[in-house]
Amino acid sequence: MLSIKNLHANIEGKEILKGINLEVKAGEVHAIMGPNGSGKSSLASVLAGRENYEITEGEVWLDGKNLLDMKPEVRAREGVFLAFQYPVEIPGVSNINFLRTALSEIRTHRELPQLSAKEFLKMTKEKQALVEFEAKLANRSLNQGFSGGEKKRNEVFQLAMLEPKLSILDETDSGLDIDALRIVSNGINKLRSADNAFVLITHYQRLLEYIVPDFVHVLYNGQIVRSGTKELALELEEKGYDWLKEEFHGNESINKI
Amino acid sequence: MEKDDLMLEQLANREYEFGFVTAIDMDISEIGLNEDTVKFISAKKNEPQWLLDWRMKGFKAFQKQEMPQWQNFKMPEIDFQSISYYAAPKQQAKYASLDEVDPELLRTFEKLGIPMSEQKQLAGVAVDVVFDSVSVTTTYKKHLNELGIIFCSISDAVKDHPELIQKYLGSVVPHTDNVFASLNTAVFSDGSFVYIPKGVRCPMELSTYFRINAENTGQFERTLIIADEDSYVSYLEGCTAPMRDENQLHAAVVELIAMKGAEIKYSTVQNWYPGDKEGKGGIFNFVTKRGACRGERAKISWTQVETGSAITWKYPSILLQGDYSSGEFYSVAVTNNMQIADTGTKIYHLGAHTKSRIISKGISAGQGQNSYRGLVQMGAKAAYARNFTQCDSLLIGDRCGAHTFPYIESKNNTATIEHEATTSKIGEDQVFYLNQRGIDAEQAIALIVNGYAKDVLNQLPMEFAVEAQKLLSLTLEGSVG
Ligand SMILES: Nc1ncnc2c1ncn2[C@@H]1O[C@H](COP(=O)(O)OP(=O)(O)OP(=O)(O)O)[C@@H](O)[C@H]1O
Ligand SMILES: [Mg+2]
Repeated sequence: MLSIKNLHANIEGKEILKGINLEVKAGEVHAIMGPNGSGKSSLASVLAGRENYEITEGEVWLDGKNLLDMKPEVRAREGVFLAFQYPVEIPGVSNINFLRTALSEIRTHRELPQLSAKEFLKMTKEKQALVEFEAKLANRSLNQGFSGGEKKRNEVFQLAMLEPKLSILDETDSGLDIDALRIVSNGINKLRSADNAFVLITHYQRLLEYIVPDFVHVLYNGQIVRSGTKELALELEEKGYDWLKEEFHGNESINKI
Repeated sequence: MEKDDLMLEQLANREYEFGFVTAIDMDISEIGLNEDTVKFISAKKNEPQWLLDWRMKGFKAFQKQEMPQWQNFKMPEIDFQSISYYAAPKQQAKYASLDEVDPELLRTFEKLGIPMSEQKQLAGVAVDVVFDSVSVTTTYKKHLNELGIIFCSISDAVKDHPELIQKYLGSVVPHTDNVFASLNTAVFSDGSFVYIPKGVRCPMELSTYFRINAENTGQFERTLIIADEDSYVSYLEGCTAPMRDENQLHAAVVELIAMKGAEIKYSTVQNWYPGDKEGKGGIFNFVTKRGACRGERAKISWTQVETGSAITWKYPSILLQGDYSSGEFYSVAVTNNMQIADTGTKIYHLGAHTKSRIISKGISAGQGQNSYRGLVQMGAKAAYARNFTQCDSLLIGDRCGAHTFPYIESKNNTATIEHEATTSKIGEDQVFYLNQRGIDAEQAIALIVNGYAKDVLNQLPMEFAVEAQKLLSLTLEGSVG
């Protein structure tokens, strides 16, 4: 579904992504871990089409289409969803109206018929129940005055509503209380299917106990320095990142010789 | 920001959607302004002597007055002698049904997106159309008549209800008020008159669509609304103007009078031609609007959505004379490209326990300049009077400007005045967030702006709110990405 080949990206002249390679197939869940500042959110932003990143090399394909050629809204309509690490507040814009607009754009793009108000409402109720999102929050202004955890849960509610192919969740687990983490994870598990895929960016092994990944990758210094299965996450939990960093810098000096 | 600028350019390139001229025979007075012009207008309209005398007083005051200099922009040179002061469609007959109306005129309304057929269906909207200067058609008159409500053109009111006109015309905005009000007094063409009798609640929104149509013709409407004791009325004024090269002057006067326990809600959506991207052409909109809460518990609220005109100079004011009377001012003013808006309100708390609330939302894009200018005055007798003012500015791009000039004068130490102000920019983050959900930049801006202006838009009657939302989006198309 998603194929990233040797992706390099700069921000303000500084290279942040230094040759990322990643293949994500339909039905899979990939976890991306890595120390602060290693480039995880940058990768997510580049995939979503944030303009302040300059792509200097590489390719990204989504089901055979060149993702890098598309505007951000087209990527979204094609099925890329990013649950933001820091969701923004948009005062006065009702959550539900916003979702109605978004869904209508997406359905137009996918050549699906528009939902009637009644159908939309029914869907809203179902998805709210699925991810246990409070109706009260759904009717408020978009993220305005939401607590950190409520914002994260709203991202998951939106994900449920928009039914993307590829969901990238950037630290959606941080800021969630213990119960919320379980609820959100259950919701995501229910949304998993053979046709969609998830990329979970996280610092915590705990999330991966709820949502079991098929692969775990470690991003360090703009590169994927290690990939493995869920055991890799356990190993990181135990040992931290230092051993990987050392290995990486060791290799780097060897390469230089 | 680069992307913003790009979008800005693309979208700012859109031409004004309502720029077209309707070909209908006009009857236009000669260019220029002198005593004869005033007499010509008065004679054309078969006015009584007392009205001509009043016009003459206005004309004399106009000659003595200076142009205001305090506003936050350079006053353009207006050559009052190069303007024609009277234009009326030649067909002066009144029509019983739409079928009789000049089809060209109906097409004009359709282009405006307000087809009369639809208007009629919109439950409870009676439309008194002022096409250029003279009322062409009035609907729903009969139903209103039964309730004793008078809703007609000022010209008709002069003929049919001279006692009301003589008593109230100029009683809130005197003929000496300011240069534009004096000019209006001298040459006002037509406008609407509303009288709601005691204890009557007007069952429908009264609505007038104004539209400047004759080239080189200034338009000088005069509106007078009187709500007698314990009555209620909601009045809607909306307008769009056709594309023009030369600047056109628009100097309207609106007077509202609310008696004891009465309430007047006055809503405006203003979309006159703003000029092109370079600031060429566009309407000069110098309007004097004032309402008086004459009795106890009277209430007046002004709601305005100002999206058009090259220059908007407008300060709908409220005199809170009766004890416990209250006033509200809700405003959204948008300036894009080279537009200038200097607008706000003046609230005079004269009676005790009077209350006022001001919500102003300025939006600037392109090189637009947006000023809020507001005065809250607490008189010596305004014991326990209260005011709350919230004044927000939203900037789109970095070539525009927002300014606020709040003036506060208090002669009563039991009065309280609260003022809050914010300035914000539409964040790239907000736009990207919406993009990421499949919404393009243009629609993202529309959503954000409508959210920002929600508190004001919510004050508008339903069908008007929808129109206003569309207009906001339309005006800002091209301002960010
Ligand atoms: N606008 C910017 N200007 C300069 N540097 C930036 C900018 N945005 C991100 N960076 C830098 O890029 C690097 C990668 O940041 P990124 O947010 O992708 O890290 P991350 O892996 O998501 O970290 P965390 O785990 O803390 O969320 C950091 O060093 C960050 O400071
Ligand atoms: Mg991050």
